Amino acid sequence: MDSALIPHNVNRCSTGKFLLWTSPWLALFAWGTVSALLCLALGLNQTNMSDIFVFALWIVFDLAVIALGAGAFFTGFLTYIIGRKELKDIIYPAVIIGFICYSGAMIMLGVADVGQPIRGWFIFWHANVHSMLVEVSFCITCYLTVLSIEYIPIILENRGLKKIRELDIFGHSLHHIMALFAAIGTFLSFFHQGSLGGMFGVMHARPFAAREGFYIWPWTFFLFIFSAIAAGPCFTILCTRLTETLGRKKLVPDTTIQLLAKISGWLLSIYLLLKIADTINWIYGVVPRAGQTFMDFYKQGPYGVWLLVCEIFVFGIIPAIILMTPKACKNNGWLITACLMNCTGIVINRFVFVILTLAIPVMPFDRFWSYTPSWQEWGVTFGIIAFGFLVFSVSYRYLPLFPREKELNEGKA
Amino acid sequence: MEEIKTEKHKYGMVIDLDKCTGCGTCMVACASENNVTFRADESDKQRSIAWMQLYKINNGEKFPKNRTSYFPRPCMHCEEDGNGKKHSPCVSVCVSTATTLDESTGIVSQVYTRCVGCRYCQAACPYHARYFNWWDGYKYFKPFPDGMERSLSPEVSPRMRGVVEKCTFCHHRLMRAKDTAYAQGRREIEEEEYITACAEACPARAIVFGDLNNPDHKVSQLIKSPNAFRLLERLNTKPKVYYLSSKEWVRRLADNYLPGEPVSGLKG
Repeated sequence: MDSALIPHNVNRCSTGKFLLWTSPWLALFAWGTVSALLCLALGLNQTNMSDIFVFALWIVFDLAVIALGAGAFFTGFLTYIIGRKELKDIIYPAVIIGFICYSGAMIMLGVADVGQPIRGWFIFWHANVHSMLVEVSFCITCYLTVLSIEYIPIILENRGLKKIRELDIFGHSLHHIMALFAAIGTFLSFFHQGSLGGMFGVMHARPFAAREGFYIWPWTFFLFIFSAIAAGPCFTILCTRLTETLGRKKLVPDTTIQLLAKISGWLLSIYLLLKIADTINWIYGVVPRAGQTFMDFYKQGPYGVWLLVCEIFVFGIIPAIILMTPKACKNNGWLITACLMNCTGIVINRFVFVILTLAIPVMPFDRFWSYTPSWQEWGVTFGIIAFGFLVFSVSYRYLPLFPREKELNEGKA
Repeated sequence: MEEIKTEKHKYGMVIDLDKCTGCGTCMVACASENNVTFRADESDKQRSIAWMQLYKINNGEKFPKNRTSYFPRPCMHCEEDGNGKKHSPCVSVCVSTATTLDESTGIVSQVYTRCVGCRYCQAACPYHARYFNWWDGYKYFKPFPDGMERSLSPEVSPRMRGVVEKCTFCHHRLMRAKDTAYAQGRREIEEEEYITACAEACPARAIVFGDLNNPDHKVSQLIKSPNAFRLLERLNTKPKVYYLSSKEWVRRLADNYLPGEPVSGLKG
């Protein structure tokens, strides 16, 4: 039915099967839409957020997907700026994953998570230049524009659209200036990944999050950049492997995946060294100055030292070792396990910075509160995940995302 | 051109915890003065608004050594971001410049019509002095029985859904006092002309309000007491709300101390 739009010489499932695959995601997306509309119409009382948990599931999710979406700018940086041409085999899916993550985060932040979405433009018009969140907003908005510009030439490679000469020429011209956008994207991304970390580090009156730093940037600024570029490529690998498994074919050469995994492993190990140094510095600096001990932060509710052990050791050092071992990277099972662990570690890190910072009371007589997300909060979250699956599925079906797909599957069909 | 010198004020509050009975009049007076909304069911304490919050604190000992004290907590109107800069923790993080520290009064304001409701200021405040409007109190829920909306103060703007609000040290009372002084040809206002609703209502006279920069004002004398301290003082946020307590355990609960560390008196 839609075969005229599917790229040449590649196998895609039937239209019926494709619709069947998208239907659960459409259902989830509908749940998300209903939840978002409820929040818009009735207010944030639809969530279980409170004056204690002012940031909750959505912000954790936002921070996590933005970190995982870092594969886009970092792969772009390695491909176009550093010149690792072999990564061109994976740059398109990386860009689309980045686009999904950032647009998802923007929808969530801009539409659902602020109390007065209609005043969103105040952030730009009445900007407080001292606020890290202003930097985040500016950079994310600019970077989403860059990602859209990077996405357009991929869309224009669709067989149907390519027949329109003007669009074809436009797409080609965009391809030529992609290095420029990759550079702009890298610059913007470095800054907002950092500012997201800075947001927490600058909260001086919250000793759990507060960090010293360099000039105006707290150490969390640099840690968030490193953790994002260490986990982002792993998430790109996971998405590619998932597509390969579901499509039952090879899409990216193993060498490309292994190169990305190796880079990720080394970056993760550098990040972990910095994270350990930062944690020690925090334990002996910020914490005693605030009159507290390290254990004061890890004795409330379910949040124990196990979180730190999981974050740094189980989901940090272990995947770093696996990813840095070339032999382990060649084994698909180990590679996927390490990538999953790396991404989990980063999600735990973001969870800890958002939830623990707010959950642990600063005033000694204050009590510990708990929070469970409402169905509307889960709805918006799953809606964004579904949005991601839908955009990626449609892109995979109709766009030549993997340039080596034909070559890698020759003789199979 | 004649240079007009305006004196810098630093309005602040001293709360004597030895005098506080925990009656809650300050909370009621504050809520009624400032048009604070409420719902029919106020049991969800994580979402109810109380610019002046009253905490009940306990020394943790068993009977007969058990002692209780009450801890009224308005906005601290902090001065520093803890980094030596003249911004309170919330002011420096606000994205849309909806909250500012007025250098001439020391009051941390909140512009409701500019707040986007991102709640970053709430995350940055360790005192939980900031409250989000989870409901549209005046439009949809009509918390007031018929006719009671007439008791709303016309001097304080009611807040819309989705914005953050907090204690303003009854800023409208300062405006009123200034207007009166101007009408009478005065440039400055007297000590008793501007006091907050909570200070005025406190039956035990535990709350004293005034200009911390003015040596004639009672507050500036009270903060010199060896019993004076501030909440979470070591975070260096420089609150303008001071407390008085003769009890060491109360002072100890007002800040975090390392094991074995003695309770310090007034710092800074």
